Amino acid sequence: MSTESPSGQPATSPQIGVDEWVRRSGERTAGPGGLLRLANRTPSIVLLAAFIGIACAIPELSSSGYVIGVDADTLLYVLLAMGLNVAVGWAGILDLGYVVFYGFAAYLFAELSSAHYNIHWATWQTVPLVIAATILLGFVLALPSRRLNGDYLAIVMLFFLQIFNNFTTNGYAWNWLGLTGAHDVTGGPTGITNVEPFRVFGHVLSNAPTDYVFVSAAGIFVVAILFHYVNRSRTGRAWRALREDPLAAEMMGIPVKWLSLLAVAVGAGVAGFAGSVNGAYYQGVFPDTFMFPLLITVYAMVILGGAGSLGGVAFGAVVVNVLLEILRTPDHARWVFYAAMILGLLAKLRPWRLLAALTAGLAIFGVVVHEIVGAVWARGVGGPIAVGPTSFTTHGFFATVIRHWMVLPKGTYTAENFRIGNYAFVIVIALVLACTVIKGWKRWALFVPTIWGACFVWETLLVEQAPTTRPLFLGVILIVLMATRPAGLFGTTRVEIV
Amino acid sequence: MSTVLAFQLQTWNFFFRELVSGLAVGSLYALIALGYTMVYGVLKLLNFAHGDVYMVGAYIGFFLLNALGSPLAPVMPIVPLILLAFAASMVGCGILGVVIERFAYRPLRKAPRIAPLISAIGVSFFLQQTAVLLWSPNPRSYDTFSLRPDSSGIGELFRTAFTIGNFSIQYVQLVVILSTVVLMIGLSLFVWRTRTGKAMRAVSFDAEASSMMGIDVDRVITITFLIGSALAGAAGVMTGLIYQQLNPYMGFGAGLKAFTAAVVGGIGNIGGAVLGGLLIGLTETFTVGYLSSQFSDLILYSILVVFLLFRSTGIRGAPVLQKV
Repeated sequence: MSTESPSGQPATSPQIGVDEWVRRSGERTAGPGGLLRLANRTPSIVLLAAFIGIACAIPELSSSGYVIGVDADTLLYVLLAMGLNVAVGWAGILDLGYVVFYGFAAYLFAELSSAHYNIHWATWQTVPLVIAATILLGFVLALPSRRLNGDYLAIVMLFFLQIFNNFTTNGYAWNWLGLTGAHDVTGGPTGITNVEPFRVFGHVLSNAPTDYVFVSAAGIFVVAILFHYVNRSRTGRAWRALREDPLAAEMMGIPVKWLSLLAVAVGAGVAGFAGSVNGAYYQGVFPDTFMFPLLITVYAMVILGGAGSLGGVAFGAVVVNVLLEILRTPDHARWVFYAAMILGLLAKLRPWRLLAALTAGLAIFGVVVHEIVGAVWARGVGGPIAVGPTSFTTHGFFATVIRHWMVLPKGTYTAENFRIGNYAFVIVIALVLACTVIKGWKRWALFVPTIWGACFVWETLLVEQAPTTRPLFLGVILIVLMATRPAGLFGTTRVEIV
Repeated sequence: MSTVLAFQLQTWNFFFRELVSGLAVGSLYALIALGYTMVYGVLKLLNFAHGDVYMVGAYIGFFLLNALGSPLAPVMPIVPLILLAFAASMVGCGILGVVIERFAYRPLRKAPRIAPLISAIGVSFFLQQTAVLLWSPNPRSYDTFSLRPDSSGIGELFRTAFTIGNFSIQYVQLVVILSTVVLMIGLSLFVWRTRTGKAMRAVSFDAEASSMMGIDVDRVITITFLIGSALAGAAGVMTGLIYQQLNPYMGFGAGLKAFTAAVVGGIGNIGGAVLGGLLIGLTETFTVGYLSSQFSDLILYSILVVFLLFRSTGIRGAPVLQKV
């Protein structure tokens, strides 16, 4: 990237009429390099076809039910992320009630095709009805946007989520607030079970995830093509205008309030389809599914991929969901963790001398700490490294390296040792925060204990506490992305005009 | 049994009991709401993580009480012990609040407004899950000596302090309401009588202009977070004393209600936050007591939605004019 101004003079010398903002305009307009550039240049339809192709090929290639299940889950998340993208990415509305639409659709589908009310409609009847009802709900729940905006609108949408959760969890005794006798609407904490699968053209889909991979893929295909054109339409442009500056957009005669309603409702429509698939695929709906953690998950996907970019949010959904799945299995998670750390160091550290020094420092630091702990507290280094019976890190080079570099107290993953991990966790967070404020060589010096400490916390605490590590990871994604790259991986950088 | 009939069957005794416990809960919401309203005043940011700071405060108090005595062997009398728990929790939360501001919000000062909000949601979720990780998701209870029911069945703190007719109040409720009043008076004095308080008011009125007048805006924001989070820490310990139960998820709902309390009272308005907190506390308690305990959240949040829709400037707030 050129640091020189258009006239060829070095950028450091001030030019008349060219301030900092103008001087750096080239940097802002210059496109990304490498893979991002390739992704931007490939026609969208090719990317979509490749995506659908890979997603549909996985059930053919893999015989593992687990892998196919993850594939089906991921496609559902892709749908959800694309739906949320309409409100958050295009119209700039912080739709914190998005999960309500998903949950509402799933519940409605379940009630129309299960023994709960003894209604057993065909899929061609239920799915359009559910989508229409969810769109309608989208319009209704977005109505506050006519009077509120920004934070207040976000909090009201979150209230709707709380109301929805309260209703679904306790809905087994819904009595219209005392006006009628109690009757069972939502099945309460255990939800509605034995929901029937999709029946398409007389063919009843099996319970296997394979069939739902194709259903979701078809949904993604339709939604992606539809949204591709919506994005380029008058409405799509108006949404983006609304996102950049609602006041200016209104001055230009854009019907801001109507467009806000529309954005939430269109997103809700996609959630309506995804909800139907959810009900049929999992053969049941449960209130715990549609709560705040799911909202955070979908937001992390949209933000990571880049709000506003269709391909980006789909990519974000795939990355986040696959990573979350990997975290479930300690062995896989361990490989990904170290690979990501090494690749990150390789990609970000320049010049090579710094990289070499840091690597050497890390190696020496770890070994020295290992020796010291071993001499002072023999129990401290005798712990096992791997968890689970099918570990490929118990033997071999990798395991040997870790065992001589890392401090692994004996009895790891017992209550007592989690406590060591707890303290280390807090210390590592403090170190990471310190690394962000310290400049110069001290920062690189601090990097060594930070990285080693992160590995220590990983080995003693996080890798085993996967159910907590997964959501923790989502929170970290949101915080780190906002601080470093608010536009996400594929999003367009927004230029704030003051 | 229909609600109307149920209402007639309740006695005044029940009403006063609900009133007092509503006031106590309202005091908690008021203390949390102060943090929201102060931060919103100076930064125009909905500090989502505030509710979770309050949760951390409850845990700090819990660990201090447990460290300084077991149910059988308290190391000091109860009054200084509780004061110490308050102090530790307020200091801990104050520092936590400052750290959150410094690392999660300050880098985003110039970003679009949606960015710090998303970052705040991330911090909130991160704190919640960190608490799950470090302290397990199981609820803990402030189960220590005088808090614990003795042989007579009632712990010292839960005895009736005094009774006027039907109106009786427990020591713990008295402690909570009185300490809220004390903290409130202290805060008002700080905001209205000190130079820093004056600077805070100036920043919340117009940050840019006050920085031109030589006010160190970053310092004022830091102090705001320090005080707001310390108050949340105090509220956390009080929650532990009243309900005796705490879990990593308690901050989320309390935070939502407290933020609404700040809005109900008129955002940025300190007296309003107290009023809003008390109103929401009373509404919640009466909803649970008279209408439905199962659907109390549903009713309360519906009321709040309606309130926000029709009076988003709050009871005491002035209408906001949008300037271009």
